Amino acid sequence: MLRKSALLSIGFSIFMAGSVLAQTPDAPRISYESVPDFMKMPDGMYMGEAMGVATNSQGEFYVFNRNGEATRLFQFDASGNFMREIGKGLYGFAFAHAVRVDADDNIWVVDEGTDMVIKFNPEGRVMMTIGRRPEAQQLRETPGRGGGPPNQRPYNFGRPTDIGWDPQGNIFVTDGYTNSRVVKYDPEGRYLGEVGTRGSEIGQLSTPHSMSMDAEGNVYVGDRGNRRVQVFDNDLNFLRMIEGVGAPWAVCVSPGPHQYLFSSNSNTTGNSKESYDNAGEIYKMELDGTIIGRFGTGGKRLGEFGSVHAIDCRNPDELLVAEITTWRVQKLLLDPRMTSQ
Amino acid sequence: MKRFLLAVAALLVANPLSAQSEIRYEAVDALSMPDDIYMGEALGVATNSSGHLYVFTRSGSSDVTLGTNRFFRHSSSRLFEFDANGRYVREIGAGLYAFMFAHAVRVDSDDNVWIVDEGSSMAVKFDPQGKVLMTMGRNPEAYRNPGPRGAELRRNNGVGAVGDNFSRPTDVAWDADGNIFIADGYNNARVAKFDQYGAFLTSWGEYGTEIGQFNTLHSIQTDAEGNVYVGDRGNSRIQVFDNDGNFKYVIDGIGAPWAICITPGPHQYLYSSNSAGTGNLDNGEIYKMELDGTILGKFGRAGRMIGEFASTHAIDCRDENELFVGEILSWRVQKITLHP
Repeated sequence: MLRKSALLSIGFSIFMAGSVLAQTPDAPRISYESVPDFMKMPDGMYMGEAMGVATNSQGEFYVFNRNGEATRLFQFDASGNFMREIGKGLYGFAFAHAVRVDADDNIWVVDEGTDMVIKFNPEGRVMMTIGRRPEAQQLRETPGRGGGPPNQRPYNFGRPTDIGWDPQGNIFVTDGYTNSRVVKYDPEGRYLGEVGTRGSEIGQLSTPHSMSMDAEGNVYVGDRGNRRVQVFDNDLNFLRMIEGVGAPWAVCVSPGPHQYLFSSNSNTTGNSKESYDNAGEIYKMELDGTIIGRFGTGGKRLGEFGSVHAIDCRNPDELLVAEITTWRVQKLLLDPRMTSQ
Repeated sequence: MKRFLLAVAALLVANPLSAQSEIRYEAVDALSMPDDIYMGEALGVATNSSGHLYVFTRSGSSDVTLGTNRFFRHSSSRLFEFDANGRYVREIGAGLYAFMFAHAVRVDSDDNVWIVDEGSSMAVKFDPQGKVLMTMGRNPEAYRNPGPRGAELRRNNGVGAVGDNFSRPTDVAWDADGNIFIADGYNNARVAKFDQYGAFLTSWGEYGTEIGQFNTLHSIQTDAEGNVYVGDRGNSRIQVFDNDGNFKYVIDGIGAPWAICITPGPHQYLYSSNSAGTGNLDNGEIYKMELDGTILGKFGRAGRMIGEFASTHAIDCRDENELFVGEILSWRVQKITLHP
């Protein structure tokens, strides 16, 4: 449903700029529009780097952002009006990375500064924590190839990145920048198993940066440093590799009977021409990796992307996209019928 | 409040090797917070004589940054008061200079509220209204960054340490005369005794595994006769001393005593928690004992659900069958009703 009167149409014009596209340049273009002034902050409150965005079943959405006061979690209604802040001053908030909403509308955040996963109920109260904020800490650097895992124990993370759940409620965490694994917990937070070491072989990971689950409980891991999406089954056995879609900074599997996989080959945060030329687009795929189309490019204007860090795809034709460098969430209306070469 | 009745407690025994009898119990989430205030790691919990609860927590700080050469920020400890129904009453000491990294809160017989902060290496006594009455130790003027996970923290042996130059103290207790006993602590390894006005009397202990030596004195209590019970966590034992620090006996076989509590009243009992570490969900059971260490029973196991314990760090046992348990990992205080 496109409200053309109010919206800035982008569509083909971006592609016509003739930039060099390293990633599947022949993929069909998906037309889309970005709703102007979608996310509305109250006077005196500011959004920071929007690392995570997720809707609940009512269409309200949460934005986990790096802000002046450490890290903050904001809630907005479906029209983008600010509702409230959750967890102000929380001990687990230091350096935001992801927010996701589970099937019961619980809100889960992943904080790579405190190495914690925190579950809030819909009212915003803390229901469960996994991992623990180190008692004393310097932000650890990403280890080089072959670097040892500094904190790879069942219940301790090393800069974790994302979270997902299977239909049984088991919890999956991508971990992360300093660890290189996917960890599985039962619904009560007890460790069940893990997969991954740092590397580029099958089953190895280089910054597992984003994750989403399908209805069968398969795990789609955005293996960003290896520029591929690795798919594992529910027991974390390797299933398949999806490549040719750039570096998957953000992945999202839509719900419903026909599930789609979105993956963002985000432009990097340095604002270089090269990053605009070679990245910035989001792909829409079948779950097997077949590309349906692509859209978008790096940039600061409405409808362009400033380092996409999270995608919400509860409705695969109405995405919410969180960006690091532009401090915003955009609502994108995709026209699934308007794809073409 | 969520209520979780452990009707078949035997199913939840974490350690099948132990033959001690299981104590049946119920657990509820004891506290209700205002919408805009969040509990952090619940390091300390204590009741006063009217049932009010004090919780000393490692909570947020609006100016926390990573990668600095200061490792704890001011105001990252918070002290909350709740009424006997668990409803939030107020915050005490917001922004206090000693509030850096919470470790313990205890309430004395006059309802004064004492906190021990291992970040500032201070003990602070508040009157029941929340005014500071006495401070012990001093917040260091500057800190050395201990590096990731505190690996470089010093191990002082504590020998001959005098005065109140604490180094990451952990807990406080008093005898019937009002003398003050401080467990000191992570870096020192001694019990320090002061008179009721805070003047230093004596200290004993050093780092090690022998009798009279300590490896992280983590919790301390006294009984009605003034004997001193020290949770010697790293050595997985409770050491008992008389009022002057003369060794009396050891209680072991109960895991690592992270949190100990001695009940008041004519027949005193000793509770001790063999808590899960902060990186696992092992153990977690709490033992009920006579003061001589005879085990009467145990209950609980590690976990994140109501009725389970995620790194128990403090026990309040003013009522021997109605305990309050503060946990590190689950950011909560549970009210435990025992049916022994």
